[in-house]
Amino acid sequence: MGTPRNRRVKQAGEAPEPSGSSRRDFIKTAATVGAGAIVAAPAVASGFDFDLESFFQKNFRELSEEELDALVKRLSRKYSKKYGKDVSVSAIGPMDGVLYGYGLDISRCTGCRRCVHACVEENNQSRDPEIQWIRVLEFERSEALRGIDLKDGNPYYEHKEVPDEGKFYIPIACQHCEDSPCSKVCPTGATWREPDGIVVIDYDWCIGCRYCMAACPYGARHFNWAEPNVPAEDINPDMHVIGNVPRKRGVVEKCTFCIQRTRKGRYPACHEICPVGARKFGNLLDPESEIRYVMKHKRTFVLKAELETKPKFFYFWGTEGRS
Amino acid sequence: MDTLRLFSQFIRGSIRVVAHGGAGYYIWLAVLGVVMAAGLFAYGNQALNGLITSNMRDQVSWGFYIGNFAFLVGVAAAAVVLVIPAYVYNWGPIRDVVLVGELLSVAAIVMCMLFVVVDLGRPEFVWHLMPGFGTPNFPHSLLTWDILVLNCYFLINWFIVTHILFMAFTGRDYNHRLVLPIIFLSIPFAIGIHTVTAFLFMGLEGRPYWHTALLAPRFLAGAFCSGPSLTLVVFLVLRRIGKLSITDAALLKIGELLAYAMAVNLFFVGTEVFTEFYGETAHTVHARFQWFGIDGQSTLATYSWLALAMNATALVIFVAPSLRNRMPLLAAACVLAFGGVFIEKGMGLILPGLTPDALGEVYAYGPSSTEVVVGLGIWAFGAFLFTLMTKVASAITSGSLRSESA
Repeated sequence: MGTPRNRRVKQAGEAPEPSGSSRRDFIKTAATVGAGAIVAAPAVASGFDFDLESFFQKNFRELSEEELDALVKRLSRKYSKKYGKDVSVSAIGPMDGVLYGYGLDISRCTGCRRCVHACVEENNQSRDPEIQWIRVLEFERSEALRGIDLKDGNPYYEHKEVPDEGKFYIPIACQHCEDSPCSKVCPTGATWREPDGIVVIDYDWCIGCRYCMAACPYGARHFNWAEPNVPAEDINPDMHVIGNVPRKRGVVEKCTFCIQRTRKGRYPACHEICPVGARKFGNLLDPESEIRYVMKHKRTFVLKAELETKPKFFYFWGTEGRS
Repeated sequence: MDTLRLFSQFIRGSIRVVAHGGAGYYIWLAVLGVVMAAGLFAYGNQALNGLITSNMRDQVSWGFYIGNFAFLVGVAAAAVVLVIPAYVYNWGPIRDVVLVGELLSVAAIVMCMLFVVVDLGRPEFVWHLMPGFGTPNFPHSLLTWDILVLNCYFLINWFIVTHILFMAFTGRDYNHRLVLPIIFLSIPFAIGIHTVTAFLFMGLEGRPYWHTALLAPRFLAGAFCSGPSLTLVVFLVLRRIGKLSITDAALLKIGELLAYAMAVNLFFVGTEVFTEFYGETAHTVHARFQWFGIDGQSTLATYSWLALAMNATALVIFVAPSLRNRMPLLAAACVLAFGGVFIEKGMGLILPGLTPDALGEVYAYGPSSTEVVVGLGIWAFGAFLFTLMTKVASAITSGSLRSESA
């Protein structure tokens, strides 16, 4: 694997195409075949969107097929009107026989943070105040002599070029725990683990108590302390109800493995953008998948394994001899 | 029908009583009113702009509000635990004392609930956790348990005081066979609101500072210091303004109880400190932040040492009979203990749990002016509620408020 040692990648440069993704071009537009409850919406909403309807909306998991359909249509209409573009909100469910898993190659990550920004754009995170689902920690190699300790990590590094001399990087977002402490403590059942392993949040059901944030061992959860703000031209119109629909003030949000993409067979945005191929993603139940290859051939580990939260996000040192 | 008419008389009489008082009473209410108005204004600002008006952020996602909540749960329970022996053992002529303790509990629980509500990002959706309307995550979420026990505890206390006062209003003695079992019921609930609130934090495996079996006992010990301290000071004030007759002996008894409570409380602090620092691990970083500060962030450490000094001084006074038996000194010790436990079981409990955050970042949290003013508003509201209720109670027990038929 001929990646040169100490390859430096300009932080603000153009992202090269990630290699080896044949499924990448799978679906671009919504309202296509066999995608369950995907609904495309007309650009202009005809009706007057009364908010009492959303006030008394039920928990996502209690919605019937028809109610879900109506919700998806209503949201598509609402956001198409609000942002002046064709917004399509879907509620596409999990695929049978799929359990998502993520792998991250620490030997390759250069700390360029392209994943952070691709995630922000894909998932309609607030630009002001700024919310970022991925945090990249920078570590001194010398400090790692005594073992990697997360508290040594610096998320606020600023360099002209990365990787910085003598540093290595660990990006961290939601670890999609099998025994997720966040969903256990949520008093309203507004966050839960889906059958395909994605831990999701019903943003309309969250009351903003932030108990989940206290429970999360990975700092993965972010709160909308103020009204989130995404310029209309930057809105990603391909939305999922429990994924990247615009959030409201006072609710918690976090990584969803790009549920609006991955449930349609696409890679998460962070995976697609990574210029060095440090990110691996796939179906843990499929022996032929990318992630299973990593787990078979590399020595993987999870963060804070001693907590037994059983994350589905694995880290590994992929390339022998890299420094 | 008769009861209903009497009850309406009772309500109207109570309103008449709280509407009339001396100059001191009006000034006191006016001061509280100003603070409450300021708190309401500050909360309006928070409701308008979001919790960005607080200094809480993703790293430290709970702060002043939840700290006050945790502290006040202790006050609520301990005030009642103090008066239970009075009922059960008919401890002297102290029905008034019992009532005051329970009114204090009612006011404290109301403040607890307010502190939780002002901490919510979307309080208008609080019905999402009510059975029947929402989908409470019961029994998994300890927060649903906490809401349950707090509400039960509130209803129990509210029922007892209303029943006793209403019966006195109609000129009858309260129903012992009804009240005594409920009082007994309130004991496990008083312990329960502490325990469940402590479990709220202890159950988080990702926060090593809280993930200790000693937290619930520490909650209890702290509560047995703060609750009786406040009760004693309130008794002294009420006695001074002639609303309560309580003997020095009874007050000194409370002082004696406080000696035990504070000794146990400080003992628990000591065992925690020993465990953390003698066999120091990566998890000790939180205790290190609490006692010494990290990265130059040592405001909390200053407060923690201050709290320790206050509690230790209070302990000396509580323990030595020659000091404890001087009422002004005893009162001063109570104020010290109350303040010390407020720091220790309030922000001193919350902030080290969240600092450094899950990924090791140290965010120096201190409450914003919005948080402080909202908090003061809630404290003023609690005092306001307590003042009105105590005024009615004292009018009834002194016989100046009676039903026309009695």
